[in-house]
Amino acid sequence: MMAAFIFVVSVVIFLQFFVFYCRSLIAVSSKQALSPEVQEVTGIQKTASGEDFNRVMQLLHLCPERPEDRKGIQAIGAYFRLLSFAGSTIARLVPSMKMWTDSERGHCTYFAAIALERRISFSRDMLAQQIDA
Amino acid sequence: MVVCALRKSSLRRYFFLNLYMGLSFLVSVGRFQILYRYSITSLEYNYFYFYSDALLTIGLYFALLNLYILIFDEMKVERYLRFGAVVLLGGTAWFSYAVINQSSYRILSHFAFELSQNLYFVGLVLTYVLWGAILKLRETRTRLIQLVLALGVYFSAFAADYALRNLSPNLQPVWQYITPALGCILPAAWTYSFLFVTEEARLAPSRLAAVPR
Repeated sequence: MMAAFIFVVSVVIFLQFFVFYCRSLIAVSSKQALSPEVQEVTGIQKTASGEDFNRVMQLLHLCPERPEDRKGIQAIGAYFRLLSFAGSTIARLVPSMKMWTDSERGHCTYFAAIALERRISFSRDMLAQQIDA
Repeated sequence: MVVCALRKSSLRRYFFLNLYMGLSFLVSVGRFQILYRYSITSLEYNYFYFYSDALLTIGLYFALLNLYILIFDEMKVERYLRFGAVVLLGGTAWFSYAVINQSSYRILSHFAFELSQNLYFVGLVLTYVLWGAILKLRETRTRLIQLVLALGVYFSAFAADYALRNLSPNLQPVWQYITPALGCILPAAWTYSFLFVTEEARLAPSRLAAVPR
């Protein structure tokens, strides 16, 4: 009985912390501007849409991976799936929730685009180092 | 993470967090050595695993205290926080002993397991209280906020893991994969914060907690 209680409380708190943590990652990336090059590749101008998330993730996976940002991207991927699940279930009953999940999904896309930007510049630096060597 | 903190000149400021990560690394090496010499089902590995886990949990508890001190540093309550943390740690150890004393004959090994489990739950509650304090005090240091939130994710995931293990003890093949995977959360999240978030970065925490109405 006690274990079941601890389990339920822990899961609720976990979800809460997970959402706040992902939003803090997104908030940091939202302050960075996308370069015109990445804007052109991703098709994101000022605001990003949740519909573009999978496409931006595919572009991201084409770039050489950086171990240090892998977990952050995975966390946002999980958050995006959680939002999509909430958007297709609870948000159907609550219109304001629908708007919120759509906006959050757009922020996830922007986060992925910023990660893409970082990976492109990382690849460029590596290439430049190789050419110099 | 320790290397990143060192590179960003944050080793002293987040001393207990780095101490915990260093300890965690040494324990992982030790566990590997024992595993290599004996086997995963051996008594030696099991004893080493649970004793080192209890030690790591105490280390994490002090890392949490480090975060408390950083959040409340302007209030100059460091001494009270340290005293409160020691009293709470002692209380949790006493409670764990009282539970084990009634129901077990191998007191020391079960005590280590019980203490870890209870400290995870206490840590979870304390992290939740700290998050409440961040919102109340309008703390804006992004790195500090991320470190606390990552700790909250980690503690709650482990508290749920321990509770589920108690509920279904015969699912051992599943736990042996889930528990190490959960162990990656904290080093990955903290490394990310030290690498990509500067000490000067600011963020309104109320923005994170805003929900649709």
